[in-house]
Amino acid sequence: MADAITFARTDEQNMLASTVREFLAATVDYDAVRTMSTTDNAFDAATWQGLAEMGLIGLHVPDQFGGAGFTAIEAGIVFEELGHTLTAVPLLSCVMASTAILAAANDEQKARFLPWIASGEKVATLAVFEESHDNDPTSSATSLTQQDGSFTLSGTKRYVTDGPNASLFLVSASTPDGGALVLVDSDSDGVEVIPTHALDPTRPLAEVRFDHVSIVAADVMQGAGSGIRTAIDMGVACLANEQVGGAQWCLETSVEYAKTRFQFGRAIGSFQAVKHLCADMLVAVEHARSVARHAAASFDDPAESAIAVPLARSVCSDAFVTAAGDTIQILGGIGFTWEHEAHLYLKRAKSASILLGSVYAYRDRLADAVGI
Amino acid sequence: MTASPITGVDAEARVNEAIDKLLADHPPGSTEPKVFWGAQFDAGLAWVDFDEGYGGLGVSPRFRELVTRRLNDADAPMWNRVANILGIGMAAGVLQTHGTDEQKQRWLRPMFVVDEVWCQLFSEPGAGSDVAGLATRAVRDGDEWIINGQKVWTTLAHLAKWGMVVARTDPQQPKHKGLTYFVVDMEGDGVDIRPLYQITGEAEFNEVFFDDARIPDANRIDDVGAGWRVAMTTLMNERVAIGGNTPPRSSGTIGIAMDTWKQSGSGDVGDRRELARLWGEVEAMRLTAIRATENMQAGVPGPEGSTGKLAWADLNKEVTAFTVGMMGFEGATIPEGYTLEPTVYDTRMTERILSPQRWFLRSRANSIEGGTSEIMRNILGERVLGLPGEPRVDKNIPWSEVPRG
Repeated sequence: MADAITFARTDEQNMLASTVREFLAATVDYDAVRTMSTTDNAFDAATWQGLAEMGLIGLHVPDQFGGAGFTAIEAGIVFEELGHTLTAVPLLSCVMASTAILAAANDEQKARFLPWIASGEKVATLAVFEESHDNDPTSSATSLTQQDGSFTLSGTKRYVTDGPNASLFLVSASTPDGGALVLVDSDSDGVEVIPTHALDPTRPLAEVRFDHVSIVAADVMQGAGSGIRTAIDMGVACLANEQVGGAQWCLETSVEYAKTRFQFGRAIGSFQAVKHLCADMLVAVEHARSVARHAAASFDDPAESAIAVPLARSVCSDAFVTAAGDTIQILGGIGFTWEHEAHLYLKRAKSASILLGSVYAYRDRLADAVGI
Repeated sequence: MTASPITGVDAEARVNEAIDKLLADHPPGSTEPKVFWGAQFDAGLAWVDFDEGYGGLGVSPRFRELVTRRLNDADAPMWNRVANILGIGMAAGVLQTHGTDEQKQRWLRPMFVVDEVWCQLFSEPGAGSDVAGLATRAVRDGDEWIINGQKVWTTLAHLAKWGMVVARTDPQQPKHKGLTYFVVDMEGDGVDIRPLYQITGEAEFNEVFFDDARIPDANRIDDVGAGWRVAMTTLMNERVAIGGNTPPRSSGTIGIAMDTWKQSGSGDVGDRRELARLWGEVEAMRLTAIRATENMQAGVPGPEGSTGKLAWADLNKEVTAFTVGMMGFEGATIPEGYTLEPTVYDTRMTERILSPQRWFLRSRANSIEGGTSEIMRNILGERVLGLPGEPRVDKNIPWSEVPRG
């Protein structure tokens, strides 16, 4: 694969990027985001509706299941644009959920579950993490027990992305036969969703408790460990592209401010201390863009994606966190206010570097994959 | 006298045809390298985008990659590019752009077959980042110029026949305007070359002293006073020469770091993660170089094409420092020791084999040579991001009135 690495985009992909960019530019509303930021269930319903109408929610889902039949590359393109405008929609959760279903479900289940998600009718999310230091989402203290032909699910999942807005949970659980993934409706008896105050309020989190929830056999996907891993890797690739979009916003905002803010009779961008921060940010953004796009393009080659996914996690997380922090520094006092958008990006950056598993765990994976 | 480049399918067929004929007439396995290079030059395959008769076929420069690939595949000798890197990589482009027909005729072929090695004389003790402030003087004397001054950091000067030198010909002009570009005979009278010992104890570079050295006016490149413009062409060619190759994954100093980790690393989980992080940053830089090349070839170059030098310098320093740091007490030794001696170049080798400790020391220069990282950040900030420059005290006044020290 190493010789075949390419970043070239097709005309259709360029068209997709510009269409999404124009749509989001027309709908982005930071005042609304700020207002949502005082709640635990931020959700930009109008934009979500628009994304659904454009067929972008099931972009990577095959046509026969209600999707658009594209690849992770197209998903990455959409996420880069969503990250740029920091749009509060549950697309990451839905992409991970549908990817898990594609990887773990039987055809009957795919035909039943996927159209709900791809159409935007139901928000779905993975409920797999249980502890704060949970770096193995495939092992689970949540249990699925079988008695007299019926199943019962019990346990608690935490840090469930978009949990407060989800109507479908894909829950990992242990069974005597190994790991399973269970589809649970949020309205089921015994399901309690407790919103968490999220550091990044534009990506809500919840604790979800399952107290002896009855499950029908048709909603159980057996042997789901690799499906969960596949889903999270897809999530990491999408998130990496989202991180690039966010970091790009930081760069643009910093440069624009450095050109127009005058102190000591000069634009502050003429001072090398400020200019050099911007230059370093440019390098970091371009590097992040390369690895994020490569990760999204790597899924056809498992050996390459074993490298490209943790690589993207490592590089893009640092790039966005640093860019968001430096942007606030360049903005000075205004950057520390609630009024300016910069804090929204800092919160997104830090949160994104933590959710889906620690950067350190991914560096361990990267070390394994490249033979360190 | 530059013909408009032939493009498309015709050009590609023409290049391929020329390569076929070259390889058939001069099988690389049984042809002396110098003979092969001479034939390569005569076939127009030295720099395919140059004019016919001067080592080229007048086609688009994007076919350089095709020539390199096919000759590489045929195991043709390619190490002239290393042995005469400043000639083939930089001076040739300057001659193509600014040289007269006589100058191209005289210099290009001996350069390509490595009969005459070239070096470049820009930097001076008083003109580093501010190279346009250089003080070496050239004064006209009939059909000749008399040159006096000191140059520094001159790679290959001790092996070179010809040097590209920028000298001040009019101190009363603002600094960028009073410069002229010459080709100086490095073996001539009044040229004193001394090795410059660096922190490793080696001398990769030289100091060059001009003491009434004489340059025929026929060796002047472009107009009197046009030296800065010609120097910029030289540096642009340097970028192309450097940017053209993307190293393989896990090569260079990160490869040394990985080997060191296996052979004498601490085994510490934190060190392992840091090595993985650095591997990732290096790979991100490599992928960015691939993306930049693709975009350039597609005719849509973006900011990703300008970040490589800065990123490489900083990362290389970080990687080599980390490598020595994880070696334990062994990192406080240096296997080669320190002996003051000029570097002996094995011209066929593209990469020298040094200990991690020696790489650590050598890499300190990465953020200084070829443009300091501070200058690179200014360039990225001002030319790529469009930020305003610092106020300048040296513009639009005669060079002779600019404060220096």
